[in-house]
Amino acid sequence: MTKGVGHAGQRGAEVRSDCWISVETAATGGLTIELESRVEVLYGASIRQQIAEGLSRLGIDHGRVTVEDKGAYPLVILARLEAAVQRAQGRVKTPLLSAPAERAPDPPRRDRQRRSRLYLPGNEPKFALNAALHHPDGVILDLEDSVHAGEKDAARILVRNLLRSLDFGACERMVRINPSPAGLLDVEAVVPQGVHVLLLPKCESAEQVREIDAKADLVRREAGFEHSVLLMPIVETALGIERAFEIASSCPRVVALTIGLEDYTADIGAARTLEGRESLYARQVVVNAARAAGIQPIDSVFSDVGDAEGLVRSVLEAKSLGFEGKGCIHPRQIRSMHEGFSPRPDELDRARRIVMAFHEAERKGLGVVSLGTKMIDPPVVKRARRVVDLAILDGSLSPHWMESGEAADGS
Amino acid sequence: MAPELIENAAGRLVLETINGREAVPYRGVGEFRPSGVKAAPPLRSCADYPDSGDKRAPDLREALERSGIKSGMTIGSHHHFRNGDLVMNQVFDILADRGLRDLRWFPSASFPCHAPMIGHLESGVIHHIEGSMNGPLGDYCSAGKMRGTAVLRSHGGRFQAIQDGEVHVDLAIIAAPTADPFGNCNGVSGPSACGLLGFALADALYADHVIVVTDNLVPFPCIPWQIQGNNVDQVVVLDRIGDPAKIVSGTTELTRSPDRLLIAEQTARFVREAGILREGFSFQAGAGGTSLAFAIYLEQMMKEQGIKARFVRGGSTKYLVRMLEEGLTDYILDGQTFDLDGVRSMRENPRHVNTSPFTSYNYHGKGNFASMIDVVVLGATEVDLDFNANVVTHSDGRLLHGIGGWQNCLFSKCTILPIPSVRDRIPVILDRVTTLCGPGELVDVIVTERGIAINPRRTDLLEAVRGSDLPIRPLADIKAEVDRLCGGAPARPDLGEEVVAAIKWVDGTVIDSVRRVK
Repeated sequence: MTKGVGHAGQRGAEVRSDCWISVETAATGGLTIELESRVEVLYGASIRQQIAEGLSRLGIDHGRVTVEDKGAYPLVILARLEAAVQRAQGRVKTPLLSAPAERAPDPPRRDRQRRSRLYLPGNEPKFALNAALHHPDGVILDLEDSVHAGEKDAARILVRNLLRSLDFGACERMVRINPSPAGLLDVEAVVPQGVHVLLLPKCESAEQVREIDAKADLVRREAGFEHSVLLMPIVETALGIERAFEIASSCPRVVALTIGLEDYTADIGAARTLEGRESLYARQVVVNAARAAGIQPIDSVFSDVGDAEGLVRSVLEAKSLGFEGKGCIHPRQIRSMHEGFSPRPDELDRARRIVMAFHEAERKGLGVVSLGTKMIDPPVVKRARRVVDLAILDGSLSPHWMESGEAADGS
Repeated sequence: MAPELIENAAGRLVLETINGREAVPYRGVGEFRPSGVKAAPPLRSCADYPDSGDKRAPDLREALERSGIKSGMTIGSHHHFRNGDLVMNQVFDILADRGLRDLRWFPSASFPCHAPMIGHLESGVIHHIEGSMNGPLGDYCSAGKMRGTAVLRSHGGRFQAIQDGEVHVDLAIIAAPTADPFGNCNGVSGPSACGLLGFALADALYADHVIVVTDNLVPFPCIPWQIQGNNVDQVVVLDRIGDPAKIVSGTTELTRSPDRLLIAEQTARFVREAGILREGFSFQAGAGGTSLAFAIYLEQMMKEQGIKARFVRGGSTKYLVRMLEEGLTDYILDGQTFDLDGVRSMRENPRHVNTSPFTSYNYHGKGNFASMIDVVVLGATEVDLDFNANVVTHSDGRLLHGIGGWQNCLFSKCTILPIPSVRDRIPVILDRVTTLCGPGELVDVIVTERGIAINPRRTDLLEAVRGSDLPIRPLADIKAEVDRLCGGAPARPDLGEEVVAAIKWVDGTVIDSVRRVK
């Protein structure tokens, strides 16, 4: 047994739902576990047992473990223990996988709404635990920019356990991985735990996407998943924008293209403003490239949690440009996104009447679609179809609305 | 020898004798009927008080001397100054200096600023405290260091105990933000303004001797006279009686916690879907983060639907005041003001009404308005699968909170506990609450971030929300989900045999015991 020292997790008065674990391995002398826990009375014995079993699974028989616990859940304790041991003596052979969630995740679905995606810092357990309760369309466990360079290894283990043990309900399970080579390790760790979409940051070429796609496909096959992991590249550099279509059409697993405005504006040497004139071109390119490739264009993150009115304006503006969703950093932002990106009742009503009229014309063999006295052009029908499809995806319209003869008055 | 414990109607072991006085074990909601007549203070004559109406004593020491306070007596005080009280520590310092011992302090609540009382408990000046205990005093009591048994009562229960003669107050100290030399006083103005003085009413009416202490003396008459000088023996003027920043907050802020906001919103939606939100309804929401957010969601719904409340029950905050000023409610019936807007409104708006535990909560009266309120939201540290709730101890057994008006509010037409199902690996839903404060038959709905549980006894509410898209779930399901996340149900604290505090029910019977924490 090699000797080593490592620690992982968070400590301090402000920490909640996390712990700090220090592992000092030794050649002899048996194990000492020192625990200081906020939940000593309720779970002290259980934590000691969990630590002891974890060490045994990792083959550590001698040494000293110190735990400062601020109400960390078992899946977090295991992740911190594994990270600490890994830092003490190198990569562990058998990871300390936490208990699987009661319900296995649904397979990935290509066609679904992506109006809101909630970013969750990958090394901070407290935000992830209840994220799905706020019903964003997707949750993103972030291994990239929200994780300090020195914590990537610990975050990877934590995110793996979060994906494994938590039921994110109807939310799309997304992970933002790091650029390669770290991103490849991310894929190895998280894909076996059921990921729907991988977000690929700082994308500048089709090769980058294909590299991750190939790796993800290999890992998911080994893990026994029938369905491929979907991909959402993020373009956030001038070069990325120039190659947006190439990236959007790089492989069939790409379902959406999004843009990172903080990095992009820095890259072009402009300040990011609320109005966003400096990024209008880039955002239009993203919409155009995504539509050309037949995938969803998704807007950047709205990062001012306190500005509720600005958020509403920003969602409406994004929708007017052709985007279908945005990123958020606080659950409070989700509702505005869903309300903004979902079809308005009057919009849906009109779209349904147009689609009905189109079917009516087809049935009668008419070449021209008309609604009332107005002739409807094919692109109008196409747009109406998209609105109807969105309404079906968000559940506000039955997929069988035409057969069931629901009146087109929004009732 | 350990004192005898007896099992009450809730299956809890309670003391039959508390601090040398017989106590009645809890018999069930509405089962215990009192008999006899109310207590009364001694008769007095105007001949013994100055015709000038000037009852001022030269200083606090002299006033205490004249009050006739002796060792072993009981001193009552109110907690409208919350953590900013500068009076009661002085009172006990003087009494200690005079060599008094074995006093009983009977506050309507104590706060961390009263930590110096521990010194008086240690030295024997104070025998024990009967009143809600927060912070250091709660810890002191939990550790079994107090000589007598603590007795925790609701605000209504404190009034009832005094009125029924269960607690005789020998000396009442009423810290008053504004007073005249006759003893009329109020809480609406002065540097220590706290809004109202309702918690001092019972002391004023029933104590043998009443001292008003103020730092803002005005000539007679002090209007409004929330406490009437005709009940007052002496008036003492001090430089400062309170720390304004700790009495009321400059501004009450809303929670930003996404989970709490979610719980608050689900609570408001429940109220709407259950049909409780209708013209002329009434609600109560306190100053806690989730409660305030609930009131704001409700306010939005009331505006959307053009609904107005008949009255809202405070603790008032700027948010309730805004509703009053915007015409969303006819009245605020206030029990205590939590911020400066509340104090201003109480001072200026006749529709912002000061209440006391007599009008709002006293169970041994000819009714009270707590039972008329359509919906109340309350906190809890724990609940169990029978919907029983705990509000005084944490899951590790430590006594950390008072009962306040909590028990009294349970009598509303719909009592909702909006609470997280788990707090940093501390599960809130248990098989059996550590301390029983509220019987499950009075808790109607528990709203958590993981779903809404309706008490199966409330078939009407279950029926009312049938078909809505609210996440209604059995409480046991939510518990199972949380226990799973936590890695199993929590271990129970290994508590000592010794009872350190008795929990009273609103009718004066004993509903549960708090054990010493090892």
